[in-house]
Amino acid sequence: MIEILINIVLFFFMIVTAIAVLRMQRLFGVVMLSGVFSLLSALLFVTLDAVDVAFTEAAVGAGITTVLMLGTMALTAREEKLRSNFSPVPLIVVLVTGAVLIYGTLDMPHFGAADSPAQTQVANVYLTESPDDIGVPNVVTAILASYRGYDTLGETVVVFTACVGVLMLIGSFARRGVRLPRRRRRGPSS
Amino acid sequence: MFLAATIALFIGMIMVLVRLFAGPSLYDRVLASNSFGTYTVLFIGVLGFLNGRPDFLDIALLYALINFAGTIAVLKYFRYRTVGDTSPQKKGVKNTPGKLRDRGVLG
Repeated sequence: MIEILINIVLFFFMIVTAIAVLRMQRLFGVVMLSGVFSLLSALLFVTLDAVDVAFTEAAVGAGITTVLMLGTMALTAREEKLRSNFSPVPLIVVLVTGAVLIYGTLDMPHFGAADSPAQTQVANVYLTESPDDIGVPNVVTAILASYRGYDTLGETVVVFTACVGVLMLIGSFARRGVRLPRRRRRGPSS
Repeated sequence: MFLAATIALFIGMIMVLVRLFAGPSLYDRVLASNSFGTYTVLFIGVLGFLNGRPDFLDIALLYALINFAGTIAVLKYFRYRTVGDTSPQKKGVKNTPGKLRDRGVLG
């Protein structure tokens, strides 16, 4: 009962934050609000007992994404451009997609149901046999690093490539974006 | 007992969120988002005790570290206008807070 109330309050905070993100024009405030939004969703994950997911959400959403957004703002603009013309197509697309997603959740098993496919198929095998197979006490680590080792290696390569690309974009161009207008203003005399 | 603490934390979160929405200055927003991170840490701690699993406290500590590093990054952006390389630039191009205010970055 208490958990349901906590979830309701957290969802209410998230909705309010999302509306504030939509209405705010100063992009710096939007970046701060999106950090708060992912902290709120991390809290929701914690109430669902998914502590590792929550920690990833907080580290990526509130930590790295905030820094990357700030670096992007250093390259581009700090104010949102206002567009007055209202076009109904994006709204319809969003509403239809949301309705389809909600319709998809109707077939999902209930939260914590014992007969859900996640509990009945391979979970028991992993839980009982991974200490003997791998010798690592943490089951999640055993699955990620050994059973799905090549998968994890591929993911790491993808994330590393993306990181290098983003760092090349933000790291070099940000400095040039700071310097260029100054150099022009000083003219050829310097 | 812990329920009362949870309610108090929610009230504090509402106050911080109001400050975050209203602003008006950017420093208000930085401070508000930093204190919201602190509220997250406290809330995870209280939630652990509420569910009878006090080992959530370790995770709350990690959140405090993330919150600290994020705030440092934001303030570094304020100071240097970039989050990447901040080695000294050309003479006269240093980003002092006064010049930043002239260019509309601050305030």
